[in-house]
Amino acid sequence: MNYHKLKSTFENYLFILPAVIIFAIFYIIPFIWVFQLSVFEWDGISPLKTAIGLANFKEVITGDPIWWQSMLNAGYITIIALTFQNAVAFFLALACDREIRFKNWFRVIFFIPPVLSEVVVGLVWQWILDGNFGLLNGWLTKMGLAHLAKYWLSDPATALNTVAIIHCWKGFGWGFLIFLAGLQGIPRELYEAARVDGANAFYCFKNITIPLMIPVIVLVGILTILGTMQAFVLIMAMTGGGPAYHTQVPVLRIYASMQGASRFGYACAQSLIFGVILITISFIQYRFSGKQSR
Amino acid sequence: MKSAAYYTAKKITFNSFVYLFLISVALSCIFPLLWMLSSSLKTQETIFQDMSLIPRELHFDNYMRAWTEGGFGRCFLNSIFYTTSVVFGIVIVSSLAAYAFSRFKFPGKNLIFYIFMGAMMIPIPGSFVALYVLLNKLHLRDTPIGYILCMINVGLSTSIFLLKTFFDKLPHELEDAARIDGCSKWGIWRHVALPLARPVLAVVIVFNTLNVWNEYFLALLIFDSPRLMPLQLGLMKLQGEFVTQYPLLMSGLTITALPIVLLYLLMQKYIVKGVTQGAVVG
Repeated sequence: MNYHKLKSTFENYLFILPAVIIFAIFYIIPFIWVFQLSVFEWDGISPLKTAIGLANFKEVITGDPIWWQSMLNAGYITIIALTFQNAVAFFLALACDREIRFKNWFRVIFFIPPVLSEVVVGLVWQWILDGNFGLLNGWLTKMGLAHLAKYWLSDPATALNTVAIIHCWKGFGWGFLIFLAGLQGIPRELYEAARVDGANAFYCFKNITIPLMIPVIVLVGILTILGTMQAFVLIMAMTGGGPAYHTQVPVLRIYASMQGASRFGYACAQSLIFGVILITISFIQYRFSGKQSR
Repeated sequence: MKSAAYYTAKKITFNSFVYLFLISVALSCIFPLLWMLSSSLKTQETIFQDMSLIPRELHFDNYMRAWTEGGFGRCFLNSIFYTTSVVFGIVIVSSLAAYAFSRFKFPGKNLIFYIFMGAMMIPIPGSFVALYVLLNKLHLRDTPIGYILCMINVGLSTSIFLLKTFFDKLPHELEDAARIDGCSKWGIWRHVALPLARPVLAVVIVFNTLNVWNEYFLALLIFDSPRLMPLQLGLMKLQGEFVTQYPLLMSGLTITALPIVLLYLLMQKYIVKGVTQGAVVG
């Protein structure tokens, strides 16, 4: 290799060097450390780390009911998001795919909640849903439905559902935009041909729209699962995981193990178990859908 | 055979249901923001009784108090500083890397690129635990530079992906012409590739601006000193300190949300583009 070629290759590496350095330090190293730390009992400060093998993992799996409760809560919110949120998003996209007036206005408005921060959304809704002075209870009282007024976020009976609904409110815009792009990608000729053959609107929907949208539906499904299972800032802002663990979710537990209990190794074990569960779920869904569409 | 009137009536009923659905969802999207704005203009005395959307008296002094007493002035400037630095950093670092991944040949290129892309697909929700330890070791906790570097890392993979896809489709002719005219690789990147990539750079900039401005959790991990906190952290802190100071909190929320809503309304074309392109990767 001559001098010029060597210099050119070296220059090529210089182009990616900043990205590689930042990525190696802030992504790769923490990634590896999560695995390493998970086999230690360590408070994060003291120089002494005690290697305890897989005891952390064993404790997460067998001795931590709150962890599994939080997993159930996240699963519950995810199921609501998968069904309710995505159904709303899908029907909104269908409605906006037709020739209607103010189409662009609707499209712009539906994506406002997703661009707001979780903190803003959480605190505004917390104020609207406030048990004593909130607008929702105020309206209910005015309409003579005072018996329906509740401490929406601090009553164990309603807290999880309320959080789930607000999560859907914040997130449906993503699904809406992706569904809409998918619908607009379906060739119009297909519908026209079906019309000529005498098919009605429902028949077209069932035999053209749905089959062609399956890949998009799966994509939105996977994004919803991964996004919702890991959501926690909104919950932090609305309930902080309360009342009494009723709205706890896994990432909040990991944070509590680290900051509250100062058990860094345990937090890493939790996060690895959680990561494996997430990858498994999305892999299963991907395979399942792959078989169906073929 | 049913009459034409029957079909018209059916169509009108159907359409009104569609509009009813669209309008009610749209109202639910806007109303909380209007309520936030309205609450921010009431006083601590009236806010608990006055349920009207348009308050009888408008108290703009809440904003002055939030800006000074609530500390939102400083938080606002911090947020602006973090957002611009991170977005600038991401644009430079990711466009350099994406250009190299698209145009140059060097050993290990594909492997490195796939590692970057893998980072987008593999969820490690708890890597913040190790990141916290690492930042402590490097003495980067509670420093602006630590936060900026972490946030550059957060936006890196997606931005590289978007830019590389764009460069891959871009014809080589202009760059070849520049090379023949004696322009160096760096010169071509700076004077030919970057200007041509303007449409996709806009997507990268808008998306990362939203992301950094709205980021809360890494800021919570990294910052202890109130004077370094960005807006999202300032909000949560205010909410904890003055539980009942709702007008102040609502002013702070408005200060935080308004710039992002304006940016969105001006740039929504690029956001729609980013969502539909980004979704293909995710």
